[in-house]
Amino acid sequence: MTHRKTAALLSIIPGMGQFYNKQFVKGFAFLILAACYFIAFLDFLNIGLWGIVTLGTEVPRDHSIFLLVNGVISILVVGIGLGFYSFNIYDAFQNGKKRDNGLKLSTLKEQYHNVVDKGFPYLMVGPGFLLLIFVVIFPIIFMLLLAFTNYNLYNSPPAKLVDWVGFKNFIEIFSLDIWRETFISVFAWTIIWTFTATTLQVSVGIFLAVVLNQKEIKFKGLIRTLLILPWAVPAFVSILIFSGLFNDTFGAINQSILAPFGIDSIPWMTDPFYTKIALIFIQSWLGFPFIMAMTTGVLQSIPGELYEAATVDGASNLDKFRKITLPMILFTTAPILITQYTFNFNNFNVIYLFNNGGPAVADQNAGGTDILISWIYNLTMTSAQYSKAAAVTVLLSLIIVSLALWQFRKTKSFKDEGMI
Amino acid sequence: MSIKTARRIRLTLSYLVLLSAIAIVIYPILWVIGSSFNPGNTLSSSTIIPENATLTHYKKLFAETDYLIWYWNTLKICFITMVLSVIFIGLTAYAFSRYKFVGRKNGLLLFLILQMIPQFVAILAIYILAYQVGLLDTHFALILVYVGGLIPMNTYLAKNYYDTIPKELDESARIDGAGHFRIFWQIILPLSKPILAVIALFSFISPFADFILASILISSDEKMTLAVGLFNMIKNEFGNSFTLFAAGSVLVAIPIGLLFLSLQRYFISGLTAGGTKG
Repeated sequence: MTHRKTAALLSIIPGMGQFYNKQFVKGFAFLILAACYFIAFLDFLNIGLWGIVTLGTEVPRDHSIFLLVNGVISILVVGIGLGFYSFNIYDAFQNGKKRDNGLKLSTLKEQYHNVVDKGFPYLMVGPGFLLLIFVVIFPIIFMLLLAFTNYNLYNSPPAKLVDWVGFKNFIEIFSLDIWRETFISVFAWTIIWTFTATTLQVSVGIFLAVVLNQKEIKFKGLIRTLLILPWAVPAFVSILIFSGLFNDTFGAINQSILAPFGIDSIPWMTDPFYTKIALIFIQSWLGFPFIMAMTTGVLQSIPGELYEAATVDGASNLDKFRKITLPMILFTTAPILITQYTFNFNNFNVIYLFNNGGPAVADQNAGGTDILISWIYNLTMTSAQYSKAAAVTVLLSLIIVSLALWQFRKTKSFKDEGMI
Repeated sequence: MSIKTARRIRLTLSYLVLLSAIAIVIYPILWVIGSSFNPGNTLSSSTIIPENATLTHYKKLFAETDYLIWYWNTLKICFITMVLSVIFIGLTAYAFSRYKFVGRKNGLLLFLILQMIPQFVAILAIYILAYQVGLLDTHFALILVYVGGLIPMNTYLAKNYYDTIPKELDESARIDGAGHFRIFWQIILPLSKPILAVIALFSFISPFADFILASILISSDEKMTLAVGLFNMIKNEFGNSFTLFAAGSVLVAIPIGLLFLSLQRYFISGLTAGGTKG
């Protein structure tokens, strides 16, 4: 049998393969690490894995949700353990291979340098990644699992146990009338909201930038500063101010702006249609300054000769805008415009802070202006439909992730030439 | 129609457009400033030009509410988040930009996906986790969650910037005998100050603007942040303490607005860099 195979086989007990390769210090370190891992985690893993499979068997001893949390953490710990374990086998195999080929193995000192050298990127990524695992990745896995349980107001610990129910939540979202209709109407509004609000804020931003940057306009700096104010004021403050301004009975929009023109009070907060109009207006107000500022930058970089040449050719102002200005702007800012769409797709703040996703609508369990993300929030916080909320979260994430992967195929960040 | 008339019409229309845009932009802001000086308490009595201007609401804000404590909490949370984020992100992005290591590609892919899923879809899980480790209603938990949430997107931002710093610099330093950390500390770090400044700015502002995580993790009055405090002020008894809310908003909006206006080109450059490359 070759050295590589023997070493890899012996490594089933961590460290043994290294001993076989006569790397005693390393082998010893691996053995100790493995022992520590088992001593420290065995009980925890035992309960954790049992818990995540059964979600508890006895009330009130077992609290299903805490068992689920511990279960997820156990899986993460097992994952780290398996990573270490496979490295141990891989290392023994590689060194065995060196011996098979008659090469000398690295000495202890070389090994040490190697570890420091190869380990440096892990050392740098480590702290951030650990944090990421606990505050971002762990919660997402937890929600993913929750979508397959029956956790809700009537079925919640410590009084009751939660059970795995497979795809029931997803099936119910699409088969029960109230859920299906709500999901479809919320999803439709999310799409409409994303497209109209974003397109409007982008068009207003570009339009104002073009108007402002005509060379005859005076006080450019002052006007730009004034127009950029909505971006400068924290958005939550502005949205809350708007919810006062749009108040049906007392708000200044109805009282001071529309009333003098003889227009009756418009039910901004109680009629879904008008709330939607108000929301789109508010988002345009909040979002156009960034687009305007960015477009201004692009406009200033378009060479003047282009316009002069166009003038010589007898192009009108409109022609120049359509054939030179607009394509230039869209070409340079396209990637940022896309992020504006994804931002509004998940724009919780404006929907929730303005009117709490409301007004309420009959025959569905979401407010009239709820988008997916605010619906999830309300399902969780108000109606305690935890598992349904998790299922909607999974659907939402699927949409987003497929978009992300599609975008990923086009990026260059993943090429890795010229690195250590 | 002569060219001159056409030009005059175009300019008049342009000024009209700009003026109406300014009016729409400035109205809510002036209105809230006006309301904050209004003698009454309610929304209905709020006018843009108050008849008997008064400072009562500002006094009441300091004397009767926890406003100053919220302000201090918010600044503290934002500042610590900023420092930690810059450290974590700077290091992580450097490794992704300069080293080839197992897991690099998948790590980048993971970050790309994570930056698109808003962190608060998992609020329930974050809440339960904080509860289990006993960090509920602490600023520490909030800061950790903010920093974690900032990592994926801003790592990309920093990585893209590091990528533009020529690798020959590192190599020649390595030949001269500089170690890994020294190269980062003495060569890369000074060169990447602009992007780190942008990241610092983002990580200061985004906890400031966050409402949802703070509203879930923090429950006691004296630990609240401005966003939650002001929201409760306006939600609890809508209309009744509106002018008080207005005063609170003005005191938030003015310093942050000024800070923003003075640093706006960093924001623009940061956001543009994040979108165009990648």
